[in-house]
Amino acid sequence: MAHLNATLTADPGQDRTMILNMGPQHPSTHGVLRVILEIDGESVVRIMPDIGYLHTGIEKTCEAKFYQQVVPLTDRIDYLCPLTNNLCYCLAVEKLLGLEIPPKAQWMRVMLNELTRINSHLVWLGTHALDLGAMSVFLYCFREREDILRLFEMVSGQRMMTSYFRIGGLALPPPIGFFERVRKFANSFPSKVDEYENLLTGNPIWGLRTKGVARITAEDAMALGASGPTLRGSGVDFDLRRDMPYTGYENFKFKVPVATEGDVFARYLCRVRELRESNAIVQQALDGMPEGPIKADAPKVVLPDREKMKTQMEALIYHFKIITEGFAVPEGEVYQAVESPRGEMGYYVVSDGTAKPYRVHMRSACLANMQTLPQMCEGRLIADVVAAIGSIDIVLGEIDR
Amino acid sequence: MPLSPAITDLEQLKDHPALSRLLSSGAIRVAGAKYDRDEMSVYLDRSSIREACVLLRDDPNCPFNFLADVTAVDWYPQEPRFEVIYHLLSMSRKERVRLKVKLAGDDPALESVVSVWPAANFFEREVYDLFGIRFNGHPYLRRILMPENWDGNPLRKDYPVEGYR
Repeated sequence: MAHLNATLTADPGQDRTMILNMGPQHPSTHGVLRVILEIDGESVVRIMPDIGYLHTGIEKTCEAKFYQQVVPLTDRIDYLCPLTNNLCYCLAVEKLLGLEIPPKAQWMRVMLNELTRINSHLVWLGTHALDLGAMSVFLYCFREREDILRLFEMVSGQRMMTSYFRIGGLALPPPIGFFERVRKFANSFPSKVDEYENLLTGNPIWGLRTKGVARITAEDAMALGASGPTLRGSGVDFDLRRDMPYTGYENFKFKVPVATEGDVFARYLCRVRELRESNAIVQQALDGMPEGPIKADAPKVVLPDREKMKTQMEALIYHFKIITEGFAVPEGEVYQAVESPRGEMGYYVVSDGTAKPYRVHMRSACLANMQTLPQMCEGRLIADVVAAIGSIDIVLGEIDR
Repeated sequence: MPLSPAITDLEQLKDHPALSRLLSSGAIRVAGAKYDRDEMSVYLDRSSIREACVLLRDDPNCPFNFLADVTAVDWYPQEPRFEVIYHLLSMSRKERVRLKVKLAGDDPALESVVSVWPAANFFEREVYDLFGIRFNGHPYLRRILMPENWDGNPLRKDYPVEGYR
């Protein structure tokens, strides 16, 4: 309420404009985003996002946990791409430890990370189209999303909160028949993207609703800290997977879709093309999947196999020690960034040499992307606010943490 | 990749684009530098953070045109207690640098960089909210995640993890 009062008293002389409160329970704000709009008739004079309704203090909680206990927390930050967050955190801690990850684990990570990207983009596409009045796309998208969630369930036992990547590798070897299932999905997926594009890309109503709407220039987007498709939609050709590769992305060939218009349609095009590129990466990962271990050779950090625990004394001891007292991480600090479906997701982990992280900070791509909202919406129609919010693909869990 | 010890000698590190730029300007008070795990950290005096950001952003050879993140660490009960951390990225040179400013616990305040990068707006508000560090010159320095009437700053180390305060 304080925000609202501040806005009201800011300009007491003005009587042309009125304050409109949107959210935090508005269906088109994808969670609990509250937006305070100052409107003059149908046009937006000022827009002020108000966040924090989903703040759970995850960064504080991390400081009270062992390093390995933080992994399940990272799922809950961004519930649409849990594996990307698992990956980013694990990479940061592995960098602190100086661990080498075996190739099979890296390729699995790339493959699942791209499936996660497809999953996240499908939810975005469905809900974004739903916001703008294209109801049927939602049903198509969630059909394929269900397939991906089943794959996640198969490999990790969980549909959404997977926690499948662990410090030092993967939690479990992939089950028998998993790769065949993924291949079946990857082979059929391009035709599904054709279906979405048939419904939207050439659709004149969709074009009217998105082209030229919520424009932002490359300079503005960069200065405001936007990243990912929000930045690439404005013509900045930068993708961390290609430009600063991590976890073996340098072994994969893919294009980074860029559009120059900087409007809602450009961001839509970037993401839809990314769906195809991600699928191509999944196929490359399947074709070249190396054989070998899925965990690093670091018995003091990585939990031993269950079988070994039944036969080897050391394995049992290490298991007991890791579970009860964690593992000490050498002093230092690391900032690890990955390309999440929404942009640059970064983990800043500080270690003081004990078994608990001294500080874990998540650089949220959505938080920075949301700062572009005023630039996109001010002076435009109120109906376009919904299009703008949808086009930057926010996840409030990640913004508020 | 076994860990190699951190390099803190300014002479050895002065070839790094960010550090050479800061050292050559003369106006910036560089308090130290550290190269650890392939990451570069530069310690700055709190009076020169804004100028340093302007210098790095406008560097013709290696423009750090993207502010990735602003955050802080509380080293309570050590003094100086706070560290404010800026992560900068140069998209053209694919280079990162971390700027660090140490702040005393009794007067945690420094200059805002919102005028250099508008992206710092929400980041600095978050640090203000969760650590109680003030950013002078910030256009709208208010709590962002916690309620307006909240007492205390949750990410300080003397704030409990569980239970009411």
